[in-house]
Amino acid sequence: MINQKHNKDFLPKWIIDEGEMGDVVLSSRIRLARNLKGIPFPGCANEQQLAEVNTLVHQAIKSDSPLGPYAVINLEELPPNDRVVLVEKHLCSPQFIETPHLHSLIVNQPQTVSVMINEEDHLRIQAIVAGFAVGQALELANQVDDFLEESLEYSFDETYGYLTTCPTNVGTGIRASVMMHLPGLTMVDQVKRVLSALTHIGINIRGIYGEGTESFGDLYQVSNQVTLGFTEQDLANNLTSVCKQVIEQERAVREALLKDSKMQLEDRLYRSYGILTQARVINTQEALKLLSDVKLGVDIGMIRGIDRSVIRELILSIRASILQKVIGKELAPADRDYYRAELIRERLKGGLKVPEK
Amino acid sequence: MTKIINFQKTEFHLCEVCAKSAGSELGFIFEPTFTFQNLIAGLLEGDTGIYQQPATVKELYCPNCGLTFTDFRNNGLLGCADCYNNFQSGLEPLLKRVQGNTRHIGKVPKRSGGKVRIKKEIADLRQELQQSIGREDYERAAELRDEIRRREQDL
Repeated sequence: MINQKHNKDFLPKWIIDEGEMGDVVLSSRIRLARNLKGIPFPGCANEQQLAEVNTLVHQAIKSDSPLGPYAVINLEELPPNDRVVLVEKHLCSPQFIETPHLHSLIVNQPQTVSVMINEEDHLRIQAIVAGFAVGQALELANQVDDFLEESLEYSFDETYGYLTTCPTNVGTGIRASVMMHLPGLTMVDQVKRVLSALTHIGINIRGIYGEGTESFGDLYQVSNQVTLGFTEQDLANNLTSVCKQVIEQERAVREALLKDSKMQLEDRLYRSYGILTQARVINTQEALKLLSDVKLGVDIGMIRGIDRSVIRELILSIRASILQKVIGKELAPADRDYYRAELIRERLKGGLKVPEK
Repeated sequence: MTKIINFQKTEFHLCEVCAKSAGSELGFIFEPTFTFQNLIAGLLEGDTGIYQQPATVKELYCPNCGLTFTDFRNNGLLGCADCYNNFQSGLEPLLKRVQGNTRHIGKVPKRSGGKVRIKKEIADLRQELQQSIGREDYERAAELRDEIRRREQDL
């Protein structure tokens, strides 16, 4: 019953590909905030000015950009479900689709680069790559930024750097973030301690859809807080070294759990695997929680025979709006839980192996 | 839709539209109340705020976009590039507090960067010059010295 036609191109490349330190890190992202010179920031601009921003950026991206093949999406022309798909794929923020009028999005084909136009700032350039590779994401974002700057004049001040609507972004306008899967630290109740330590050194932790969102499925977004007074490279390096330590801690906890409470851990992970492979109705939140367990099981070699990419793919494709795309039709909320369960059973089929003695 | 508050599990039975606005459509509960903007407002106000004295001096105002400093204090968002100059006296202490710094040292755009970009390039060349002297590569050092002189004329 699952629509098998949905091709791999539908999901972003960063979720399909296995990246560096894929056992703990899902993806690395860079976002650059930019505004055009002489036009008020989106919150204060009139309709005509907002339309002008769209025109200017659309013209700038034309031809031989480092984006390669790309699409320009005028948000207002998109069906509401498709707008939510963009958020679920992390191509834009939830705030961006709240008011679709005169908002547009540029996305490249592998869905690794996107440019939000008229969000909080005129441009929000975003690059996402698979795994732990902040430097690579920075390079990609910089390429797009440099290209756009050839035909757009940015609002830049000698003292304050790139000028942004919110002073928390001024200077570099950069937000570098790493999406981490921390089931071990969550399990031993250490996430809060680690996270509060991070905030003391200018590192911030948020839910998976950015500012103001909650964490689900033990997924956390770790990012820099400060944007002024450091170079982009310094901020990226700082985040990288902090994340390295979090990765080490997470791995250490996993090892300790495997050593000290193997039976309990095995029981928990296999129960979760059991529910996912048998459930007939499941909501997003429960599915993410259980997928987190199964991913952990696969990552520490306890659950065998499941490709990690299948789990990564499921983490995205079970989201309400992406799910309807995958199934190929609009679903009432109750039906989604049914199809979600079916999709998961389908994808996880054949994964069960008798655990080694 | 289920929400857990202080270990109390509460189930809400909402219609599709209400559930959507409650955020369950996205698979998470969207709580936009704890954002940077609101934090800024908090930083500016209150007993420990930056501006403990009510604005006795005349209200800062940006003639370019019409924003007043009170507007900014209320929502944490600036209206245009000129706000940075027009609200400078109010913004500097805030930047010091939230950013820890008040001077940009990062990337400089080619087009609107102007002299800053040239100054930064000269600084980079000087650093390279020191390095080449250090490894006794005087040929390269001479090249760099000439290059620096040429750039300085652009200033």
